[in-house]
Amino acid sequence: MRSGILAEFDSADALARAYERLAASGYRRLTSWTPYAVRSVLRAEPRSPVPRWMLVGGLLGGAFGYLVQWWCNAVDYPIDVGGRPLHSAPAFIPITFESAVLAASLTGFFALLARCGLPRLSHPLFAIDDFDRVAIDRFWMGVDDADPRFDEGVAGELERLGALRCTRLWPSEGDAR
Amino acid sequence: MSLAGTAELELLRDEPTGGEAVLLETGTEGELADRLLAPLWAEWPWFKYALGVSAMGALALFAALTYTVTTGIGLWGNNIPVAWAFGIINFVWWIGIGHAGTFISAVLLLLEARWRTSINRFAEGMTLFAVVQAGLFPIFHMGRPWFAYWLVPYPSEMGLWPQFRSSLPWDVVAVSTYLTVSLLFWYTGLLPDLAAAAVRAPTPLRRRIYAIFALGWRGDAKHWNDYRATYLILGGLATPLVLSVHTCVSFDFAIAQLPGWHSAIFPPFFVAGAIYSGFAMVVQLMVPARAIFHLQGVVTKNHLDNIGKMLLVTGWIVTYSYLVEIFMAWYGGNPYEMHAILQDRPFGPYWFVFWGVIFCNCVAVQVLWSRRLRTSPVALFVVAGLIQIGMWSERFMLIVTSLHADFLPSSWHIYVPSWIDWTILAGTIGFFLFLFLLFLRFVPFIPISELNEMRREMRARGELNGARGRAFDA
Repeated sequence: MRSGILAEFDSADALARAYERLAASGYRRLTSWTPYAVRSVLRAEPRSPVPRWMLVGGLLGGAFGYLVQWWCNAVDYPIDVGGRPLHSAPAFIPITFESAVLAASLTGFFALLARCGLPRLSHPLFAIDDFDRVAIDRFWMGVDDADPRFDEGVAGELERLGALRCTRLWPSEGDAR
Repeated sequence: MSLAGTAELELLRDEPTGGEAVLLETGTEGELADRLLAPLWAEWPWFKYALGVSAMGALALFAALTYTVTTGIGLWGNNIPVAWAFGIINFVWWIGIGHAGTFISAVLLLLEARWRTSINRFAEGMTLFAVVQAGLFPIFHMGRPWFAYWLVPYPSEMGLWPQFRSSLPWDVVAVSTYLTVSLLFWYTGLLPDLAAAAVRAPTPLRRRIYAIFALGWRGDAKHWNDYRATYLILGGLATPLVLSVHTCVSFDFAIAQLPGWHSAIFPPFFVAGAIYSGFAMVVQLMVPARAIFHLQGVVTKNHLDNIGKMLLVTGWIVTYSYLVEIFMAWYGGNPYEMHAILQDRPFGPYWFVFWGVIFCNCVAVQVLWSRRLRTSPVALFVVAGLIQIGMWSERFMLIVTSLHADFLPSSWHIYVPSWIDWTILAGTIGFFLFLFLLFLRFVPFIPISELNEMRREMRARGELNGARGRAFDA
C-alpha cells in the first residue's frame, strides 16, 4: 500500500472485526500490521509461494549433492575398494538428503526475506508516532486509496468500528508495501 | 483488552486432574511482552560471576586445544586399538543433546503440542550451542585440524576428492547442515521478538542493535503469510533432519564390523538416546532459569510433567534397545559379539561403566512414573543429571569397550583418558554454558509473539479453561 488511511486498534479482535466489516462492504485493498499472525485476517492473503520455491530448491540441491558424489567417486577419482561399485547409489543417499534439506532451508529463508523486502531498517510507516508498538500490542489496518470503493469517510467508519485513531498516509511518504 | 482480572485467572487454571495449564500468565498482551522481555533489561547481580566461571571453562578448553595442536594428539589418552575415545564420545554426546532442541521446536510444532511454545526458543538455543561443541571434536580428533577443509569437496590442485562411500563424510554434511538449518529456524522464529525488544529496549543504542537484528520486521499481513508458511516447512524439514543426523552418526559405528557396533538397531537406538539426553539437558537448563526469572506462569508444571513423560518414553526405548542388543548377541551366536556384549561389557575391565549406565538410564528414570516427582523441579533436575551422566557413559561403553577388545586378544589394550581429555570435556561444558548465558542475557528466550498468538487462539476456542486437559493436547 502506497497511500491511504491507517487505523490503529488495541486488540486483534477489534482489528479482525473491522477488517471483516470493510471486506464485506466491498473493500479489496486492505492491509494489516500485527504483533503476531491473526489467522482470520491472513485468510484473505493468497497462498504463499515460498513452500513451492523451497521444494524446487530442495530438489535442485539434492540433485547437485548426488551429482557431486557421483562425479567425484565414479568419474574423476575412482578408487576400487574390494570390487564394490564405484557408482554406489545407496551410499550416496545420506548426503543427497542432507543437501536437499540444506538447499530447501536456505531457499526458504532467503525467499522469505526477499518476499518481505527485508532487511529494510527505514520505512515510512515507522515515521508514524508510536507505530513501532505494532511489534508488541497494537494492531494496524490500512485502506489503500487506490481501492475503487475508497473515500476519505472510511476513517470515520474505522473509528466507529473501534479504531483508536486514524492517520492519512500520502503517496509522497513513500512505498509502504 | 480484558484479559486482566481474577476471573480470567480462574479460567486459566486447568484440568480437573489438578494439573496446570500451559500458560498461567494473565494481563494484557503488552504486559506479557514486558514480562518476557524484563530479564533482558533487569540487572543480574550474579551474571558476571556465572559468566566468569563459565568463561574460565571456555578458556581451559581453548588452552587444552592449543596444547593439543601445538604438541600433538598423543596428549590424549587414545591408543591403538582405542583410536576413538573422548573425541568421539563427546561428539556423539553433544550432538545428541542438541537433538531435543530440534525435537521440541520442529516435531512438536508439527504435532501442534502447545506446551512447546514456551520452551522452544530456549531449546533451540541449546541445540545451536551443543552442536558448536560437538563440531569441535571431529575437527581436533583429526590431529591436524588445519586440514579440516579437506573434508569438503573442492577442486584441489592435488586432484583428490573425498570418498563418499565411507560414512565419515556423511557426518560432515549432516552436522554442518544441521547447524545451518537450526540457525535459520532459530533466527526466523526470533525476528518478531527482536522487533519487540527493539521497541522496549531502555537505551537508544540497544534499541538500534535489536532493530538491526530484527531486519526491520513490521508484522505486515503479507509478511506473516509468508513467514508462517516458511516456518512450518522449515519445521517439516528439521523433523527428518534430526532423525537423519543421528542416524548418520550411528552409521559411523553400525557400518563397521566391530563386535558391539555392527548392528541394525543403531539408528533408532541412537536417535532415542539423543532425544533422551537432550530432554535431560533441557530440564537442567530450564529448571534453574524458571526459578531465577520467575517464569512459573509460562513454563508451568504442565511443561515439567510433559518433559518427565518424554524422559520416561525415550528412557524405555533406550532400555529396550539395550535388551535387544543383549538378546541379539546371544541369539546371533557370534562368539565375538557374545564376548563383547555378554561378557566384556558387564564383567570386563569397564564393568562399572556398564552398571552405571543401567542405573542412570534404566533404573533412576523410573521414579518419574510418579506425577508428584515429575512436577517437582528438584526431583526432575536430579534425575536429569543422572541421565546426562548415564548417556555420556553409554557412549563411553559403546566406543571404548568395543574398541579395546575386538577379535584378536593380541591387539587388546586398555584405555585410560588423560587429564587433557578431562579438561577438554569440562571445557566444552564451560564453553556451552558461556554461550548459553550470553543467549539468556541478550536474546528474548521465551517466544513473545507466538505465546500471545497461542493465548488468543486458546481463548477463542474456549480452551483456556482446560476443556482438553490431556498432556499432549495441552
